[in-house]
Formats: sequence, C-alpha cells, structure tokens
Amino acid sequence: MRTRTLLVDLLVLAAAAAFLCPVVLLVALSFQDPAGAVSLENYTRAWEEAGLARALANSTLIALCTLVGVVVLGSLAAYGLARAARRTGYRLYLLFLVGLILPFQLALIPLYQLVADAGLLGTYTGIVAFSIGLQLPITVFLYTGFLRAQPRELADAALVDGASHLQAFVYVVFPQLWPVTGVVLVMNAVFVWNDFLTPLLYLGGSGKETVPVTLYTFVGEFGTEWGPIFAAVVLATLPVLAVIAVAAPRRRRAG
Amino acid sequence: MRRRSTLWFVAPAFALYALVVLYPSLAGATSAFTDWSGVSGERRWVGLANFERLVSDSAGRAALRNVLALSVFVVAAQTVLGLGLALALHAAAGRRRWLRVAFLAPALVSPLVAAFVWRYVCSPAPDEGVNALLGFLGLDALQQDWLGDPSLALWSIGAAAVWQHTGYTVVIFEAGLARIPRDLHDAAKLDGAGARARLRYVVLPQLRPALTITVVLTTIGTLKLFDQVFALTGGGPGHATETPSTLIVREAFAFGRYGYSTAIALVLALIVAAVALVQLRTLREWELTR
Repeated sequence: MRTRTLLVDLLVLAAAAAFLCPVVLLVALSFQDPAGAVSLENYTRAWEEAGLARALANSTLIALCTLVGVVVLGSLAAYGLARAARRTGYRLYLLFLVGLILPFQLALIPLYQLVADAGLLGTYTGIVAFSIGLQLPITVFLYTGFLRAQPRELADAALVDGASHLQAFVYVVFPQLWPVTGVVLVMNAVFVWNDFLTPLLYLGGSGKETVPVTLYTFVGEFGTEWGPIFAAVVLATLPVLAVIAVAAPRRRRAG
Repeated sequence: MRRRSTLWFVAPAFALYALVVLYPSLAGATSAFTDWSGVSGERRWVGLANFERLVSDSAGRAALRNVLALSVFVVAAQTVLGLGLALALHAAAGRRRWLRVAFLAPALVSPLVAAFVWRYVCSPAPDEGVNALLGFLGLDALQQDWLGDPSLALWSIGAAAVWQHTGYTVVIFEAGLARIPRDLHDAAKLDGAGARARLRYVVLPQLRPALTITVVLTTIGTLKLFDQVFALTGGGPGHATETPSTLIVREAFAFGRYGYSTAIALVLALIVAAVALVQLRTLREWELTR
C-alpha cells in the first residue's frame, strides 16, 4: 500500500512537471538577454515596441463595459424568465440556450457586414455590443440556474408589500445573486480578455486594438525572437492572473 | 394591484442577443445557398453548389477529415488523462491537491498565448523546445520539424489543445469524485470489494455525468478550435492542418467567397449541434435511469 501511494505521488508530480515545463521555460526565456544573462531588457523592449500600454488600456475599457452590460442584462433577463408564465419563460430560455450550441463562425460574416454597415468597425461600441450579445446565453444560463435554486418567498414578500418587480429585483433578488455574479464576472472577463478573432477583424488598424491583437502583430514582427515575445506574453497575461487571484478565495467561501 | 409582465425584463437582453447571434446566424445559414461575394452585395441562389464544392474540393475535404481526426484524438487523450490525474489527485487526499494548479495553469493563459508557447515547444531548431529535450537525452535521431512536417503538424496542434484544456477536465472529474458518498465506498469495502472493483463498480458509474459533460465540452471546443490552428500553422503546410474554422476565415476574408464560407460554417454548425444533441440525450437518459 505504501509503495503504491508513493508511485501515485511520483506519477502526479511527473505529470505536473510536464504541464508546468512550458510555462517555466516561457518565464525563464523572458528574463534572458541574447547573451544568456538575466535582464529586464526583453520587458523594456516589449513594453516600448509592442505598444502594450495602449493595448492594456483598450482591453480594460472593453472588458469593463462588457462586464457591466452582461451582468445587468443577464440578471434582469433571468429574473424575467423565472417570473414569466411557465411555458413562455421556458421557451425563451431554450431560445437563449440555442446560442450555446451555435458556432459563432456561422454568424461571423453576416455580423461583420452588419457592423460595417452600421459604421461601427473600429469603434469600442461595436466590439462591446458584440461581446455582450455573444456572452449573454452562458450568462443567462448561469443566472437562471442559480435563481431557480433560490427560495422565491423573499421576493414574493416584497411584491406583496407593494414593491414593483424592478424594486424587488434591485433590493431583494440581485443581492441574492452575488455568488453567481462572481462566476459570471470571472468567466466573462477571461473570455473578453482572451478573445482574438473578432477584435482582429473589427479593430485591426484602428488604434483601438486589444491585447491579443497587439500581441499577434508583435509576434508577426519578431518571428522567433523568443525573449521579447515571451516578455510581452507575460505582461499580457498578468491582468487575468490578478483577476483570478482576487476572485478565487471569494469563490471558495461562497461554495 | 396588477403588475406588468416581467417579460419586459428579458427584452433588452433578448434584443441584443437576437441582433448579435440569432439574426446573423440565420443570415449566414441562408447565404450558404448563394454565391454572395461580400463586396458587390449581389447574390444569386446557387442551391447546393457550395456544399458540393466542400466535399469535392481538396481543402474542404482536408478540413472535414482533420477536424474529425483532431476531435477523436483530443477527446480521447483529454478524457483519459483528465480522469487519471483526477483519480490520482483524489487518492493523494490533501497532500498533493495543490498540484492541480499545475494542470490549470495552461488553461489560464489565452489560446493565442498557448499557441505562441507551443510554437517554441515545437520549434524546428535543434536547441529549442522538444528538440532540445531530445538532444539532451541523446535522442537526436528523433528530432523533428513538429509543425512543418505534414504528417506531424496536426498532432502537434492536438497536443497543444490537450495541454491547454486538460486542467478543466481534471477539475470536473475531481468535483464528480468529491460528490460520491463515503457510504458507497464503505459498503463496497464491507462487501469485500478491492480497490479495482470499487473503481469499476462504484466510482466509474458515479462519474458518468462528469464524463458526459467533459466529452460534450471537449468535442464542441475541438470542433470549433481556431486560435491555436491560426497562430500555429494557419492550416498548413499545404492543407495538412486545415480545419473548417481556418477555411471559413480564409475563404471569406482572403478570397471574398462569402457564400462558400458560410456554407462551411453551416456544415460545422450542424455537426456541432448533432454532437451536442446526441450527447445531451445520453446524459438525460442516464439521469432518468438513476
């Protein structure tokens, strides 16, 4: 029994090392100058030549607007669905779920035309509206599932006391939704931060490029100069790690 | 007091969702039957010509073949690896649990970043990535151009996908394992079941929902895989790593064949929907027989 536990331990350790190896290499190479010495040269080059400051600002603005939109629209919709007539509510809910299955490649080209016709190519409005719309199905799915598991009595009591649905939602229901709002925020933040193809198509050449698009252009220019590339990659990934580090302990407490 | 219907609460979300997802998807599905070239705005009904082209064109056939092979490989590898690691982590009870961070780390970086990392791992240079490791081990003969060799490139991309997403699978299986009541284990032990018998008759049947979820999510994710392929090979060399996603983007934005491009997207959508429905039905049946 003891040798077997040891064997399992060793296997897990070996697998963990194999998974971490590329990440460790990436960080190590980002701190190495062409002569092989430890330096921050790659970071200064990446920061200055890739235009990361601007990209970080763009991505942050787009992510914040999207998160507000997704949380407000998604939680309102979930309340509406939960309180609607059973059949109508369920059918609308299913219609939202269709969005989970549809590959967005199907909508890609007509949507590009739509955005172009509306004159929204190269604008924050276009990409934010797109991100909110695309992320609403998963958000509605999460909020509705969570809301169904909550007792209705609190909101019912508020309604009996003469509150409007909007008041019941704002003062009673939305505060109940905090745990799942955390999940919604993290999931959508990671999605928006990492999304690549749509920002590339909608924002390319506008000066409003997000981090992945900027990274892609930078890598295209630097080819196999791994030092500066990986320094840029580390800088681009840090904000996501920060969000997760802040959210993780909270989620553990909620769960 | 009579209140207005709460459906108004759904309206803003539904309107935006319909505008961004439902309407363009429908428009995409209908333009799949036309010769729309995008620029002119003019489109003629061409029936099934685009679909005939997809199955007769060498790039289209390669894309379909590759995405199916890739899905089978990634789903199998990720499920087996994820289940094995979850079982090991679970058995290690507490002492080694923190190691799950190692498996989740690749899932936290963006697909594009993962592709850049993998570009280094798969570098053809003898002193970089996997080749450097092989050289260090004295296995110089095994060094390869992992992304440039048409017979290897697809599997290198598959490995990148498995590396990035196995962490999610581990977490889902671990959650499934944690949900198995201790009583079941104890009862089986009392009945004299050994570790292997408990795995076969207690643990695996209880993990079926987790298994279905991982297989559904992994299949759909691999069928739609784009960023990694685009940034690693762009579909090459030749059409060795062509997938529907890369073909859709190239046909539309490089060649202006919007009609053909949306036809590929429609086929991909149908494959994804079919897979999702079959797998979800299996899950429902399982839940009913529980």
